[in-house]
Amino acid sequence: MSNLAWIFVSTLVVNNFTLVMFLGLCSFFGVTAKIETAWRLGLANTFVLIITAVSAWILNTFILTHTPYLRTIAFIVVIASAVQIVEMAVKKYFPVLFRQLGIYLPLITTNCAILGLALFQTSRRYNLTEGLVFALGAGFGLTLALSLLASIRERMEVADVPVVARRMGLVLVAASCLSLAFMGFAGMGSQ
Amino acid sequence: MSTTIAPPTLAPPELTPGTSTPAPDFVPGAPPPATLMADTWRGIAAENPVLVQMLGMCPTMAVTNVLANGIAMGVATTFVLVGSGLFVSLFRKYIAHEVRITSYILIIATFVTLADLLLAATFPEISKALGPFIPLIVANCLLLGRAEAFAAKVGPVRAVADGLGMGLGFTLSLSAMSAIRELLGRGSLLGVDILGPRFEPWVFMVLPPGGFFTLGLLLITVAWIAELKRRRRMVEAT
Repeated sequence: MSNLAWIFVSTLVVNNFTLVMFLGLCSFFGVTAKIETAWRLGLANTFVLIITAVSAWILNTFILTHTPYLRTIAFIVVIASAVQIVEMAVKKYFPVLFRQLGIYLPLITTNCAILGLALFQTSRRYNLTEGLVFALGAGFGLTLALSLLASIRERMEVADVPVVARRMGLVLVAASCLSLAFMGFAGMGSQ
Repeated sequence: MSTTIAPPTLAPPELTPGTSTPAPDFVPGAPPPATLMADTWRGIAAENPVLVQMLGMCPTMAVTNVLANGIAMGVATTFVLVGSGLFVSLFRKYIAHEVRITSYILIIATFVTLADLLLAATFPEISKALGPFIPLIVANCLLLGRAEAFAAKVGPVRAVADGLGMGLGFTLSLSAMSAIRELLGRGSLLGVDILGPRFEPWVFMVLPPGGFFTLGLLLITVAWIAELKRRRRMVEAT
């Protein structure tokens, strides 16, 4: 049990997917202008991450044992189809949520956090339960990082900054400070 | 990037009195004709993937702590860009519009697998250091972006030129970032000691926050140069 708890805390803060492992940076910089969209996208990502963890486990256990060189291709095809299915389901049963997420839902396919989760899960040989906890931690970590940067950016909107730093430059430096803060968790030990 | 969002409704090509019908191989939204040199140069300078378009950020930050890794990542991405550009362009007339994204992803994933196996066979240490970031090239938005916006709409020669230019621009940006980070973070370049034993390494630069910080400073520098140019033009104009 403590092993599962460690996997969760480790992916949530110590090895945060976005701020320490650099996965999913496109959405990290692309959709963090507003807090609302940021955390909604984070939760949608969490959902897809959990589906990916299950699919990757099925692929690894039953199909890819004899053809490891097909791993990248198989993973990306399964992820793309999973995102399509999620999109159709959300559109059918939760039309309001679908309109709020808009373009960000299909864009999850090209979010490297999803493929990264499947690859790390493979290289660390997690079983199904560990994979699910890993996905949950990664998803909440992503949501946390997105919401934090969005909060900082909303405050920076009203600040008076030099004209050359007004676009992405300052956002990156802010992300650097955020990442520095998360490095403080590294003292919690490395597995 | 989605198959469900309706493609933008394209206005019919404007009919000027001189040209009654568009050329037979007219493709809506195709990039304007340009020389091969211009196609290549665009990716290096005016539309640099990292410094201007901000695409492919994950590998830009994750693998640039030492120069060798940055160069290897750039070369691998260039290989995938050129290969997938060529094949997307060759098959552009046979791929149905509805399944195009999936087809592009499959072509890209094939070349990524090739690059992964080639790198593991030739430079095993670098392959181990880059780890899952080579397979992760599949999820680099730069590749799908170039396939959709350029390679699917032009002939194979131009697609290869564009892939080469974008790849070189990507490699140059990654090399600049990793050179700064390795020099300040370890006092060396490509593993060769440069700054001598009395230099105290800035450990910050090789840690994750250093990646965000270096790219932030590079972007501010680029914006500063653009601002200086703009002011000079304004002075000349008056």
